[in-house]
Amino acid sequence: MSTLNRSRAKSAFSSPIASAAAVVIATLWTIPTFGLLISSIRPEQAINNSGWWTFFTNPEISFENYEKVLFQGTLIQPPMVQYFFNSLAITLPAVVFPITLAVFAAYALAWFDFKGRDFIFFSIFALQVVPLQLTLIPLLQLFAKGLSINGITIIPNLGITGTYIPIWIAHTIFGLPLAIFLLHNFLRQIPRELVEAAKVDGAGWFTMFRALIFPLSIPAIASFAIFQFLWVWNDLLVGLTFGAGSKEVAPMTVRLAEMVGTRGGGWEVLTAGAFVSTVVPLIVFFALQRYFVRGLLAGSVKG
Amino acid sequence: MNVAMMIPQRSLWDTVLPNLTILGIAIAAFLGVIFLIFVLAERASNNVQNILKYIVFLAPAALLLLIGLIYPAIRTLIFSFMNANSSEFVGFDNYTWAFTIPEIRIVLRNTLIWTLLVPILSTGLGLAIAYMTDRMKRAAVIKSLIFMPMAISFVGAGIIWRFVYTYEANVNRPEIGLLSSIWRAMEWEPRNWLLEAPLNTLLLIVVMVWIQTGFAMVVLSAAMRNIPDEITEAALLDGTSNFRRFTRITIPMIRATIVVVLTTITIGTLKVFDIVRTMTGGNFQTNVIANEMYSQSFRQMNYGTGSALAIILFVAIIPIIIYNVRQLRLERTER
Amino acid sequence: MSIFRRRAMGLGAIAVAALLVLSACSSESDTATGGAENCEAYAEYAGNEGTTVEIYTTIISPEADLFVESLQEFMDCTGITVNWNGSQEFEAQISVRVEGGTAPDLAIFPQPGLLAKFAGNGLVAAPAKVAESVDANYSPDWKAYGTGPDGVFYAAPLGANVKSFVWYSPKTFADNGWSIPTTWPELLALSDEIAAGGAVQPWCAGFGSGDATGWVGTDWMEDLMLRFNDAATYDAWVSHDIAFNDPKVQTVIDEAAKILKNPDYVGDVASIATTTFQEGGAGIVDGTCAMHRQASFIGGILAADYGATIVNPEDTDVEGGITTFYFPGVSADQRPALGGGEFVGAFSDRPEVQAVQHYLTTADWNNKKAALGGWFSAHKGLDTANVADPVNKVAVEILQNATVFRFDASDVMPAAVGAGSFWKEMTAWVAENKSNKAVLDAIEASWPTE
Repeated sequence: MSTLNRSRAKSAFSSPIASAAAVVIATLWTIPTFGLLISSIRPEQAINNSGWWTFFTNPEISFENYEKVLFQGTLIQPPMVQYFFNSLAITLPAVVFPITLAVFAAYALAWFDFKGRDFIFFSIFALQVVPLQLTLIPLLQLFAKGLSINGITIIPNLGITGTYIPIWIAHTIFGLPLAIFLLHNFLRQIPRELVEAAKVDGAGWFTMFRALIFPLSIPAIASFAIFQFLWVWNDLLVGLTFGAGSKEVAPMTVRLAEMVGTRGGGWEVLTAGAFVSTVVPLIVFFALQRYFVRGLLAGSVKG
Repeated sequence: MNVAMMIPQRSLWDTVLPNLTILGIAIAAFLGVIFLIFVLAERASNNVQNILKYIVFLAPAALLLLIGLIYPAIRTLIFSFMNANSSEFVGFDNYTWAFTIPEIRIVLRNTLIWTLLVPILSTGLGLAIAYMTDRMKRAAVIKSLIFMPMAISFVGAGIIWRFVYTYEANVNRPEIGLLSSIWRAMEWEPRNWLLEAPLNTLLLIVVMVWIQTGFAMVVLSAAMRNIPDEITEAALLDGTSNFRRFTRITIPMIRATIVVVLTTITIGTLKVFDIVRTMTGGNFQTNVIANEMYSQSFRQMNYGTGSALAIILFVAIIPIIIYNVRQLRLERTER
Repeated sequence: MSIFRRRAMGLGAIAVAALLVLSACSSESDTATGGAENCEAYAEYAGNEGTTVEIYTTIISPEADLFVESLQEFMDCTGITVNWNGSQEFEAQISVRVEGGTAPDLAIFPQPGLLAKFAGNGLVAAPAKVAESVDANYSPDWKAYGTGPDGVFYAAPLGANVKSFVWYSPKTFADNGWSIPTTWPELLALSDEIAAGGAVQPWCAGFGSGDATGWVGTDWMEDLMLRFNDAATYDAWVSHDIAFNDPKVQTVIDEAAKILKNPDYVGDVASIATTTFQEGGAGIVDGTCAMHRQASFIGGILAADYGATIVNPEDTDVEGGITTFYFPGVSADQRPALGGGEFVGAFSDRPEVQAVQHYLTTADWNNKKAALGGWFSAHKGLDTANVADPVNKVAVEILQNATVFRFDASDVMPAAVGAGSFWKEMTAWVAENKSNKAVLDAIEASWPTE
């Protein structure tokens, strides 16, 4: 019935000016990226010597750039396709792990009654601002050497350097504060009556999570997952640092950053590379965008 | 002979398969363990569950945050009172340095401009677009286009905006920057965009707003969709104007979401360094704290000054935290 | 999803085909190199089969491919795999990795100043064999730059470059009847002559280099420092025994300003700061400007990305041909050289690491690498016949014969200056028209007190 209302409301609401404005903004927003797309299919000389918009008066198309970037490796440099799969292997677990742990923690912070709950919550909130760069060295030491205090080994050297594990753990840690903060905002909006009713029915804390909280929070989880996916996929610093220089685990951004800078030229490969790295996040966004409708912060509407 | 072509191709196949296997195993193992924990925990007695719930739900995240963020944060605090290689204490020297050196004062000023403009502009624009497209047909296309920059890495964004801002001083060479070309077409004199302060800082801010507006729009538009139809329809029947409906109904209804969006973008902005680093390298008076901190710590190897800047960043966020605390307290008492 | 699956299948096919070619290839090469003849030279590195050595460096593809190619025979014969790991983020990441306990086996340091940071802090002293080889094959200057402040010799020199060059197009010069200046006053006179002609801008310059923007300006300062002062003053300047705003340095920046801050010579001064150092040289290829002061390595970049051809000064008929003349001294008989280079330091003393370390100091490897093009070193055993590029050939001769050779000062100064204020202030000098004196005062103020 609400869809009916909606469509009725729609016609009443539509304002041609608003629509036109939205279209104009959307166009403005797309032009820079569009320039990248056009540049990526132009030959090298053309990119260096004329603006991308001249493409329309003098179209020269070359898919060589993509061919070069995707499939041509060198003696020491695997082709971009491999980095693509590395990125995939980094990103999926680095989305699943932090979100799972964050939903758990958000549930605890929203619904368990214990002393210091608010303090913990706000500490976590504040942790968002800890700059990533300053955590690199201590975390790396932990992964590479383990942790010992006064000669007593607390965490042994696990020998995981150069694998995906440190990258996953690091992303999990860095993703947690914001995930907990946002999911907590969502979870605490679940009506108290629902929770009380479940309790009356004899559900324990675990059953309640499985049967009530988790199903209710799926849209929020899905929409946060999109953001976490984008952040991890586009991350450079964590992949670079915790990959410990191993090409077998380096994500696409690391390769892309390597292509920037050393040479003034090479734009034809760079533009193609940049575009390839953008394709997956876009697919993810389009595939999951309907979750935004009931999404992440839906709950924070009062009422 | 084409050696260069084949060796990577072989190693490619060698690594792609294990990659996918690792991926599958990691996720399956993780979810398997959680499943097992739930199966066992749900069978436990209430008393056991009461203890177990903290261990299962809260402890893993808390532990990770403790070693991954709290410990480094404390370390940073200590280092900020020590010299370049953290071998002796120097008191407040690093902080005095930060507030007296003219270059760092510019850095602090720029950071302030960033944290004021980016959240307000992105949230404002995001809000406007969300409202304009709320009941529009084919809004999905518009929204997707505006969201697109979110999907682009900072490395990619740097490449994209180079084609906008680049400036060719030599009139004999063709202009490949979009902005300069438009200026020339209008017969205005193009400027060297990234060179002139404070214009350059504003142009860098445009890049950040370009990225963040999509975030604000998506979240705010989700919140708007959740305003009960009855309320908007009642307003419509009353003949309330579009603008009044926006200020009187929409904004108050999604106020909490707006605060969350503003907060998240502010924190993201305080930490931004990639844009500045790739586009100007912090030169021409465009530097911001996060970039200078990276440069002090890792380029110039001065952990003391680098850490002091990090702590300043942290202190800067405290007002925002306090505001959010009060906000949450308020809501808790309301319920 | 289906797109990706299809692509993966395609890849599979390519991979299979590649494997076939590879196996065919390796069986072929087996017969070719099967005899121990070629491998005899590597006998001293025996006993390391199946080991891997990681080299961490700023040198990335495509240059890196040539390094790996030059090491291929070594790898085949010794069974040591060299894992070449190049990263643009080297300067920052090396400290993260060393502090974090994931140091690489070998690191190629582009700056002695950075190397010094790890002396006694992770770096392993070079083994005796490497030290002997360096003593025998390099001048004491070069060995000194690989020695830490603690007096321990850590790192052997690798590649080198010479910075005292002015690039130009012989064709443009011949067409206009300009002659090569041999003294600083002549250089300025020529600049005036070109400027008066009006058709061509006398100089091109570009300081832009990402977060290292400004280093080109420091090179100008250093080159002129060696010309307007003696080598001892240069050393005192590097070690801060004279202040950065000393009158002797003031003279140098005043002279540099005569070219770099003269709009008649360089056009828009401020945009030097936003022009990348690679683009900076493009103007001499297409004839928009006449001269470009830059190190030997710019030739390769201009050739690869801007269609230049590196020629001999006599080749005045090649369109897009570029070459160099020596950046003149105050007088014609004064010929100091400014240069730079890389140093290979080890963070591990495993035998295979030492084997690679030693092999990189041999004449055999240096000649092999040089023969692949675009590269040279200060190794005394380097045969100029192996250096094909005419400019590099001149550079090697300068290196081997220079009476005064000094290393790029900003690479030796403390990082806070050499990778900090010196860059930043030279950038502000052109970008914000900061005065000569203000620039020197600001750098002096930033010198770390120890």
